[in-house]
Amino acid sequence: MIKLKIDGKSIEVQSKKTIIEVADEVGIDIPRFCYHKKLTVAANCRMCLVQVKNIGKPLPACATQVMDGMEVSTKTKFTKEAQQSVMEFLLINHPLDCPICDQGGECELQDTAVAYGASESRYAEEKRVVVNKNIGPLISTDLTRCIQCTRCVRFLKEIGGVQELGLVGRGEHAEISAYVDKSVESELSGNIIDLCPVGALTSKPFRYKARTWELVRRPTISIHDSLGSNLEMHIKDDRVMRTLPKENDAINECWISDRDRFSYEGFYHNDRLLEPMIKKNKKWLKVDWEEALLFIAKNINRSIAHEGQDSVAFLHSPQSSIEESYLIHKIADKIGTQNVDYRITQKNFDFSGTWLGCEISEIETLDQVIILGSNMRFDQPLLTHRFRKMVHQGGKLIFINALEHDLLIPLEKKIICKSQEYRTQLIQMLRAVYEIEPKKIINQDILAFIKKQKLNADTLQWMKQFVKGKNKKAIFLGQNALEANDASDLVFLANCLAESVSGLFGSLSNYPNGVGLDLIAHKQELKSTKDMMAKKISSLITLNIEPKYDIRANINLTDLIQKINFKVAITPYSGDAFDDFDCLLPMAIYTESSGSYINIARKLQSIKAITSPKGQSRPAWKILRVLGNYLDLDDFDYDSSEQVLCKVIHPKKRLAYPPLAAKKFNNKEKPLKKDGRNEIHPILPEQSDMIVRRAISLHSKKNKPLINIRQEVL
Amino acid sequence: MNIKKQIISLIKGLSLYELLIGLSLTGRYFFSRKITIQYPEEKTPQSARFRGLHALRRYPNGEERCIACKLCEAVCPAMAITIESEMREDNTRRTTRYDIDLTKCIFCGFCEESCPVDSIVETRILDYHGEERGDLLYNKEMLLKVGDKYEKMIQADRAEEAKYR
Repeated sequence: MIKLKIDGKSIEVQSKKTIIEVADEVGIDIPRFCYHKKLTVAANCRMCLVQVKNIGKPLPACATQVMDGMEVSTKTKFTKEAQQSVMEFLLINHPLDCPICDQGGECELQDTAVAYGASESRYAEEKRVVVNKNIGPLISTDLTRCIQCTRCVRFLKEIGGVQELGLVGRGEHAEISAYVDKSVESELSGNIIDLCPVGALTSKPFRYKARTWELVRRPTISIHDSLGSNLEMHIKDDRVMRTLPKENDAINECWISDRDRFSYEGFYHNDRLLEPMIKKNKKWLKVDWEEALLFIAKNINRSIAHEGQDSVAFLHSPQSSIEESYLIHKIADKIGTQNVDYRITQKNFDFSGTWLGCEISEIETLDQVIILGSNMRFDQPLLTHRFRKMVHQGGKLIFINALEHDLLIPLEKKIICKSQEYRTQLIQMLRAVYEIEPKKIINQDILAFIKKQKLNADTLQWMKQFVKGKNKKAIFLGQNALEANDASDLVFLANCLAESVSGLFGSLSNYPNGVGLDLIAHKQELKSTKDMMAKKISSLITLNIEPKYDIRANINLTDLIQKINFKVAITPYSGDAFDDFDCLLPMAIYTESSGSYINIARKLQSIKAITSPKGQSRPAWKILRVLGNYLDLDDFDYDSSEQVLCKVIHPKKRLAYPPLAAKKFNNKEKPLKKDGRNEIHPILPEQSDMIVRRAISLHSKKNKPLINIRQEVL
Repeated sequence: MNIKKQIISLIKGLSLYELLIGLSLTGRYFFSRKITIQYPEEKTPQSARFRGLHALRRYPNGEERCIACKLCEAVCPAMAITIESEMREDNTRRTTRYDIDLTKCIFCGFCEESCPVDSIVETRILDYHGEERGDLLYNKEMLLKVGDKYEKMIQADRAEEAKYR
């Protein structure tokens, strides 16, 4: 217990902290520029100088640990002089043209100058000018404004994983610079915009578009990855102008990935479908809602009458909200078919459950982790940071993947193998466990199987340490593994392995609402897309799927879709992917509709509509509800999405999540095909869904966009 | 004392004294110089600080002064100003829209006061009109035109006022 006084206020702290941390906790304001709670301490801006009793000179509060009996004062004449002098030095080279700076109104330097600076400048000499650098399509630089706090440098090094920016030169010549001819390519780079206390780094897409005081802030979440990062969208005139992170230590801390930050541009792409469309005589006609819905009802009913209920199928996106999924399942149920699925990229359906196995923040506390088949920097960019933190705190990471995917984390062991060898790798690991501690394998079936396997000396060597340590272990299966043809075997084996080393087992699925959708699918015990393919299907309704791009890795399903006669898409965008469809219904983008999502750590988050739907588009749950009415199905009278949610999630009951487990294990020895296809389908972050595929700025020159991104915007 | 006052008041009342006092004031004005202005042939003198019709100014090289900082929009108590901004091709911050609704404007002069580049100003012009309501919604083009037309006058007025700013 340490006792100290700040501004005469007695404070007791448990652990050793710095003065600024303690002051923040008790609400005493100390000005700062370089200090950030999530970054290391640099103590180079000198703005946080405070007076400590019996010490002759002012001390930086961010780099001074509290000590017993310390008496700190932040508001005496002494500190005030120190603060004013530092402020004067910082402003020597800082331009005073706030009115044209994009940071104006939300600038830490501006605020601090007003609160702690002197009232006028004594400096009349020339100011320095720094040439701007192009560091990519997302961040615009105005380096003359830089005050060398190095928050951006530290962020990219510590959180981003690679030091892509640095401080070059000394004194007056010091400037922030990327490597020669290189731009900042981190998938978390947008965060340096928030971190920059001045207007040196600002958002390029947002440049000069609006002022901070004109924007209305609305909370929402991201559905581009399975984390469900908390966002704050800034809106002007019913239009999202920019996206910023909303702090949530359990999910995204105070960061978000670039995909979450800049995807809003896609909301206003020219492809937005604004009216219902029907194809007549191979030509698209714009119609009203009534006509479109009658057209669908007529064709679906005909399909049912002629070919039976099982000829109708529904596919919905893993991005769908719980409400949308519930209603689409209900329509299918009332029609009398079980052809509903969302697992559009999965090929093996003999396992259930999606979940991380622990809280997101718990990852940092793990000691030994094996990740199998995950292109994590593409799938969940922000999650890599948690693993990075874990390794920096002494954890060990073993990474097995089909793609040479640089996680930007120092790895204990890295194995690059073909995706069909994942199973062998897991068997080898179990075999090694058996060799080291035979009693630990509990499952008898697998024990018999494992005994027969040959031992790999290399695996044994690196598994030794993994098995023996008595610390927190975990095994994670990535999306690449979950999409493999033998995914159920992988889940089964990984589960056994986790059990045998008493570690956690989780999946790094990239289905944004996978957990929520599992809740509904699990209740209904539905058929999978694999079963659907076996049947003759003549009508299909897709929700929020762009078949050509979303399912491109799953060739069988793409073929199935092509063969279907009558296809309806409920989609926010039109485009070449829908050329062979018969009817398009415009749905609102997720920020224009209310809905609930459960992230990979089983956290339920409900969001409200923050802007109104564009054109004639409507929230998908409303479309499905009315479609239910038009198909003459009873019990489709919901007034709000909350009513729908109540049908799935009872506020008082605990949710019965399906466990992450495989139903069976195929213990037949499958010979590896020598020329077997390596199933790697890395989905780049800017191509993961319809919205981001249309967000112009996310597509740098390096990665060509999948679809033609036109410059005109709505 | 009371009786004395009553008698005086009676005499004043009977002799119409108060009325005569009043009429003498009327008479004085009747014969003095008239102050009526024959507008629009005649005009009253104006202060250089007069706050009339708005104008957007340019620099001598023809470049518009406005940098789209939106301070005038923020300070306007009547919310009469609407600005939309964008990055111009030469990477400078410029307005794409600058509207002043003169039917909303209360001519307080805050916009002029807040402007860091002396772009938006209120001129001495007070005799403008619109035949329809929309006519008094001035856009950027109209405001710049006003500025171009009266630049000399605006400059002279600002120069005269400079010592008090």
